[in-house]
Amino acid sequence: MYWERDKECMSREDLEQLQLERLQATCNRVAVNVPFYRKKFAELRFDPERLQSLDDLRALPFTTKQDLRDHYPYGLFAVPLREIVRLHASSGTTGQATVEGYTRNDIKTWSNLVARILTAAGVRADDVIQIAFGYGLFTGGFGLHYGAERLGASVIPISSGNTKRQIQIMQDFRTTALVCTPSYALYLADSMAEMGVNPNALSLRVGLFGGEPWSEAMRQELERKLPIKATDNYGLSEIMGPGVAGECTFCSGLHVNEDHFLVEIIDPETLEPVPDGEIGELVVTTLTKEGFPVLRYRTRDLTRIIPEPCPCGRTLRRISRITGRTDDMLIIKGVNVYPSQIEAVLFDIEGTEPHYQIIVEREGRLDKATILVEVVDAIFFDSMKKQRQMVEHIKARLASELGIGVDVKLVEGKTLARSEGKAQRIIDRRNL
Amino acid sequence: MLKVRNIEAGYGKLRVLRRVSLHVAEGEIVTLIGANGAGKTTLLNTIAGLLPPRGGEIRLNGADITTATPQKIVRAGCSLVPEGRQVFAPLSVEENLILGAHVRRQQEGKRALTEIEHVYDLFPVLRERRTQLAGTLSGGEQQMLAIGRALMARPRLIMLDEPSTGLAPLVVKTIFGIISRLRDEGNTVLLVEQNARAALHIADRGYVIETGRIILQGPAEDLLANRDVQRAYLGHGPANE
Repeated sequence: MYWERDKECMSREDLEQLQLERLQATCNRVAVNVPFYRKKFAELRFDPERLQSLDDLRALPFTTKQDLRDHYPYGLFAVPLREIVRLHASSGTTGQATVEGYTRNDIKTWSNLVARILTAAGVRADDVIQIAFGYGLFTGGFGLHYGAERLGASVIPISSGNTKRQIQIMQDFRTTALVCTPSYALYLADSMAEMGVNPNALSLRVGLFGGEPWSEAMRQELERKLPIKATDNYGLSEIMGPGVAGECTFCSGLHVNEDHFLVEIIDPETLEPVPDGEIGELVVTTLTKEGFPVLRYRTRDLTRIIPEPCPCGRTLRRISRITGRTDDMLIIKGVNVYPSQIEAVLFDIEGTEPHYQIIVEREGRLDKATILVEVVDAIFFDSMKKQRQMVEHIKARLASELGIGVDVKLVEGKTLARSEGKAQRIIDRRNL
Repeated sequence: MLKVRNIEAGYGKLRVLRRVSLHVAEGEIVTLIGANGAGKTTLLNTIAGLLPPRGGEIRLNGADITTATPQKIVRAGCSLVPEGRQVFAPLSVEENLILGAHVRRQQEGKRALTEIEHVYDLFPVLRERRTQLAGTLSGGEQQMLAIGRALMARPRLIMLDEPSTGLAPLVVKTIFGIISRLRDEGNTVLLVEQNARAALHIADRGYVIETGRIILQGPAEDLLANRDVQRAYLGHGPANE
């Protein structure tokens, strides 16, 4: 089943013509409407008129997360704000956040592309789809919601949390499709066991999981514990949110919606493209976005192109499931967390370079993050009460900055391991 | 059907088209909209072989027609209905139509003229006026004659340059109805128009050209919903929103 057969099964030659036309139009527009790109083009002496083939993409500048932050909130939009009908933001409450704007057409395109991903994963118009992603600034909830409505499925916008209620509604509403993070799906399965709910008595048959990397072992576990086919999909808010790529029912790589996104895989060190099939950093260029077009966005996600054709008949090329990151970003409870955010909060409180360590574990099914902070005078008090207050204060500040709750523990000075004078910041004990 | 890549064209020192790429798939109506002087007519003339491009590539059904002569391009299945109709005023309606079959007559002889009945079916008013001099027709009838003349070559791709220019609103409606019908009968249409609203309403996809550059492209309904297009070409000023 296809959502848009004429697009998803296009000949590569026709697709490349379309991609070139769209890339050229996008470059013509950003060169006029986005001062950041105009400046970058000038610095690189890149004349958008010289862009004559898809290979010329390499002459274009990269865009990084830092570029997005530097132009917080609206600096990279290609249209005036009055044409933006929706704003989303990725994690971080201050200057660390990045903001994405959508025009009416962008929302339409987004809905349509998510409908494609849902269809590829096996969701149909007569499915009842429970969306247990958070609704809010995070793109996951709304993205899947709009796509599912576009498809014509019956949407339950339950949002995240309140596990008992999720299970109750899943039973009562006869949910057939589940959308959430894979770890939450496992948590749901375990909670069902505790509650004495038989998963096989549910109407569930398909799950779309995303928002964090997960393994084949986890897929098997999910499919064993829940009566579902578990599929992976990929997106990132800086590009659009969900809808960038998704698995078909063959579950052997994620088809990229290449008529809307140009993907490259580069060596993160040399920034040169790697041959098809080799692992590297995924770089994405938007081809149809009006509000917030992005050229060569460095996702920091590691994957590879799967050049072989897929038995499903789609000609859209696949990327492998994300295998890791090129930077120190952590995904905790589905939220992107950078150590630098934690560092900034601690620095602000302590007034000096903090020594800290982030320990991420999986307690049962859920992520748990603990920040170990070496005591310094600024946060040390003789009175237990005051000391506790300080820890609570740090916790509250971190929760507000990161958007997720973390535990904070104080440790004695100079006890955290340092290698070559540099602290080992992250200990990730989750087995993904 | 038609694939245009990186076309550059101009007159003397004037660069009009700057790296223009577009395509038209079989059975589509594709419209190119833009202001006066943006390069719309230049693009059609370049595709039709009337103006040699300075760079780029034009393919029609896979065949390279970048430097082909106008006759060859007509024979390859691409006919242009020029701006301002340009019917032969001192000739009769039927003589105009026969001239349209000129290229085919060289190969097919008299058989090429059987198409004339089809054109008369499409435009009954032309049958009524078959012996009348083309110069005495109304603007709308002349436009029908110009389209009919192009159809005599039995094109697979019809390019129309500003078919609504100088016509009364009701006649414009008729002409656009005819263009839709051409598509319904299996023709492929590339339509250049200043009347962006009417063009986008019958088109499947569209391209927006500004100072020789394509700045937007996409499904016609998306272009109708695009605020830049609305402001610049559909007359939705902030005042009348």
